[in-house]
This record gives sequence, structure tokens and C-alpha cells, in this order.
Amino acid sequence: MNGPFAFTLALGDDALIAAQRLAEWTTRAPEMEEDIALANIALDQLGAARLLLSYAGELEGAGRDEDALAYLRDDREFRNCLLVELPNGDFAVTMAKLLLLSAYQLPLYTALSRCADERLAAIGGKARKESAYHLDHAALWVKRLGEGTPESHRRMQAGIEEVWPYVGELFAGWPQAPVDPATLRADFDEVVSAVLAEATLTVPESAWAPAGGRDGLHTEHLSYLLAEMQVLHRAHPGARW
Amino acid sequence: MYGNDFAGEDAPGGLLGEVEAAEAELRTAAERDRGAPGPEEDLAAYFTAVVDADQKIEPRDWMPEAYRRTLIRQIAQHAHSEIIGMQPEGNWISRAPSLKRKAILLAKVQDEAGHGLYLYAAAETLGISRDELVELLLSGRQKYSSIFNYPTLTWADVGAIGWLVDGAAIVNQVPLCRCSYGPYARAMIRVCKEESFHQRQGYEILHTLAHGTSAQRAMAQDALDRWWYPSLAMFGPPDGDSTHSAQSMAWKIKRFSNDDLRQRFVDMCVGQAEVLGLTIPDPDLRWNEQRQAYDFTQPDYAELMRVISGDGPCNRERMAHRRRAHEAGAWVREAAAAYAAKQASKEKVPT
Repeated sequence: MNGPFAFTLALGDDALIAAQRLAEWTTRAPEMEEDIALANIALDQLGAARLLLSYAGELEGAGRDEDALAYLRDDREFRNCLLVELPNGDFAVTMAKLLLLSAYQLPLYTALSRCADERLAAIGGKARKESAYHLDHAALWVKRLGEGTPESHRRMQAGIEEVWPYVGELFAGWPQAPVDPATLRADFDEVVSAVLAEATLTVPESAWAPAGGRDGLHTEHLSYLLAEMQVLHRAHPGARW
Repeated sequence: MYGNDFAGEDAPGGLLGEVEAAEAELRTAAERDRGAPGPEEDLAAYFTAVVDADQKIEPRDWMPEAYRRTLIRQIAQHAHSEIIGMQPEGNWISRAPSLKRKAILLAKVQDEAGHGLYLYAAAETLGISRDELVELLLSGRQKYSSIFNYPTLTWADVGAIGWLVDGAAIVNQVPLCRCSYGPYARAMIRVCKEESFHQRQGYEILHTLAHGTSAQRAMAQDALDRWWYPSLAMFGPPDGDSTHSAQSMAWKIKRFSNDDLRQRFVDMCVGQAEVLGLTIPDPDLRWNEQRQAYDFTQPDYAELMRVISGDGPCNRERMAHRRRAHEAGAWVREAAAAYAAKQASKEKVPT
């Protein structure tokens, strides 16, 4: 796979799978306002996914549109990071995932908005504003839960511990990509450690750093997610919706 | 889908036209000086005069206790319907067949949560809290619309819900834009505008399916077959059996009878079904030249009563789902409250 195509596809897949997981919260959130907020963030992620996947399809030049890429690839062909495919868990796990994802996407899209590729720059410029909102929302909840009750503190710390190992993969070096994620790690660490400190939570230490998503080597969760997401589209080959 | 298929609906006198007219009337009513009851004046007479003059009753006004109770019940049940109504459609978000459809459906279900919030806020102006109302829903003491106790078995059901269920809701709610209670009327204006958009989207889903492959077409017809009568039943029992009607009409909470609204809905749907190329599942549906309206077979009101009393296909599941979400989220709400209290006490400490 060529550089820009693989990179654009990877970012599109991150956003698509994150949207699918966030949308699972619809009708299940702890309060009505949060139902709206999570749907809102899911919609932003889905919007970014559609722009990225459409552009990836153009870069590839094989006639695949956003739907062909979303619905007609198997899990071995998906390029999303492992973090976004992890199950939602409780609300604390979801907020931990959202904090890490948005603290990664914000500097990534910001750098992208300044890259030489005009299409990617435009997508980055739009998505970065949304990521800033996602980061605020997640940070607010991580603080509320971290500093809320003893139970919420315990769950929030556990949530962070559970997803922290998956951070490593986000910043693996990709020198030939339009933005090398390795250059964004310091920014991420600064933001996340400040939020966790304010939330009276500790930054986990983990020697275990699972990876493989960018090579299509996923956790066992992704295949189930795709089975559900793709079932109707695949049952009616060639149909328009 | 904008334009052609809904010709007549946007025309002056059409449903959206009525919403706009109601909005203009609200503005005029707000500008008119309706005076205030003198200290000696009988409050009940003043209330009646305001309602008779098509002015709005506002939260600060005196109102009969029964008027307040009726409105709380009606607005709360409307709010509950928005919240429970997220479930049947939410059921298809993860499986929506294209990314565009997924985005539209997600936005729609999000709008419904927003409508629930407006409506709970309108009910709160009557002196009850949202927490109390949610408790009334969860304990089964207040109801929600019977329609949401039917399952969404295929993707076409998402289209049928948009077209028929949202369509019936609009026909029901447009007259409420002129309801005598100001906060409810204003909420209905906002809700109707968004619902009308949802209805078009649902119709467009069915239109695409009905003009797609033979399997898609069959899916669309099957959805219409299953949703037609439950949608007609949404207007409630026939006029003779409706318990709240007379008083609600006198108070201008309700402005048309159940049967009048149901007729209006049927008359509206027939042409739309023809454009879809789908068949309404009623062999006795035909134009009555004398009445200038369609004759049609009434829904099974015994079934409606069974569903309302808790024995529809999904009543148990819908309630269990809502209770589960509420209970699973309790620790989060407690944490938010504890955090807010800590922040408030920090702010009070002088530095």
C-alpha cells in the first residue's frame, strides 16, 4: 500500500470504529444529556470517517467509495488502532478511551491541517475543532469521576489502567506518512497527565504494549463489530440504500 | 425528497404552514397586553377569559388544578415517548446499510433525546421535577406512546417509522402548536419542525427501497403492512371511548378529536403510498365522494388496549432497557453530584 492511502485509510478506520462503539451507547447513557453528547461525538467521528474513507478511495484509485471500504473489507484489511475497537465497558472505560483518543486525534488533525496535501489539510482543519470538543468533554468526565465518589474514583482509575497499554500503538513511528505520529507523543503526554493529575488519578505504567492494528492484526473484538456493522449491506450485494 | 412527494404539505394550509402560522400567532399573542386579574377578580373567570381569547396561559398564571394535572400527564407522556422511542430506531444504528444512512439515523435519534429534554423542561414549568417524572415512567405509573412497543425487524422499519409514526405524530402535534399552555405550544413548534424533517427522511428510505431490488421492495411492503394499523392506533381510542377529550377541548389543550386527526392522517398517507408504489394493507380503503375523505378499516382497539396495558410485543423489553440504563448510570450521576458539591464548596472558601 502506498503511504498516503494507507495513512488516510488508517485514520478513517480509527474514526469509523470509534463512531460505531460510541453509537452503541445510544439509549444507554447515564443521563439524557450524555446520551445526546455521546451521539454527537459519534456523529463527528462518523463524519470524519466518511471524509477520510472517501479520500482514501480516491487515492487508491480502484473505484472503492466510503461504503465499499466500510462494508466490504474483512477485519484483516481494517487498519484502525486497537484502542477504538475495545468494548465500551462501563462509562469510566468509555471516558478513558475517549480521553486518550481525542488527546491523540487533536494534535494529529492539527498537524494534518498544515500538511502539504490540500484535501487532508482541509479534513484536518475541520476535524480538529471537533476533537477539541471531544477532549474537553472526556476531560470533564474524567475529572468528575476521578474526584467524585470513592466508587467513581476506583472505576475511573481502573478504566485508565485497562486502556492505557493501547496508547503505545498510536505513536509508533511512520516517517513516510503526511504526519509522523511519533512527533505527537509529547503533546499527548502533557495534556493527558495534566487531566489525570487534576482528576487525582495516577498515570499507569505498563510494559505491555499491544499493537498490530495498522497491519490488520486486531483483537478478537473487531470481527464481531464488523459482523454487526456489515450484515445488512453484505446481504444485499449491489443494492442502493 | 424535498418538494414533489409532499406537495400540498408545505402549501399554505399544509402541516408546516400551520406550524408557521401558530408561531406567528404566538408572537402576536405575546405582544398583546392581555391585562392582569385585579385583586378582586375571580381567578377562574380570568383563566377562562384568557383561554377563550386564545391567549396563552403561562407558568406564573393561576390555573385550575385539573388543568395543571392534565398537562403534566400529557406533556410527561409525550416526553417519555421521545425517550422510549429512541429504542426501536436505535436498534438499527449499528447495522445501518450505508454510512450516510447511519449518520442520518444517529442524528435523528439524538434529536429525539433533545425533544425529550424540551418536553421535560416544559413539564417542569408546571411544578414537577424531571426526576419525579422519570420515576413515574420507570415505575410504570405513567405511559408512553403504544407505538414504541412494536419491534423493528428490518431496516425498512426505520423508514416506516419515519414516514408513518413521525407522520402520525406530526398530525397529532401540529394542533398542539396552538395549545392554550404557552410552554407546551412553544415546545411543539420546535418539535414539529424537526419531526417534519425526520418524516421526509423516513419516506426517502422507503422510496429508495421501493424502487430498489425485489428483496428491498418486499422489505418495504412488509414494513408498511406491519406499521400501518399500529400507526392509526396512535391517535387513541375512537371519540366515543376517549375519556379526556371533552375537558381538554374546552381548555384548548386538544383542538381536534382522535377520529378527526386519524382521518386527516389516512387522507394524507394514501397519495404518499401511491408515489411509493406500495399498497396500504386495507382492502376496504376507498375514496368516499360524499364525505370527500377516504373510508378505511379502523385499527383493532382491543389490541391497542392490550398494548397500552403492558402486553404488547416489546413493552417488557423497552421498560427493562430503560431501567437497566438508569440503574447502570446511577454511580455516574452520584459522582457528578459529588463533584459539583466539592467544586461549589471550594468556590465558597475565601482565598
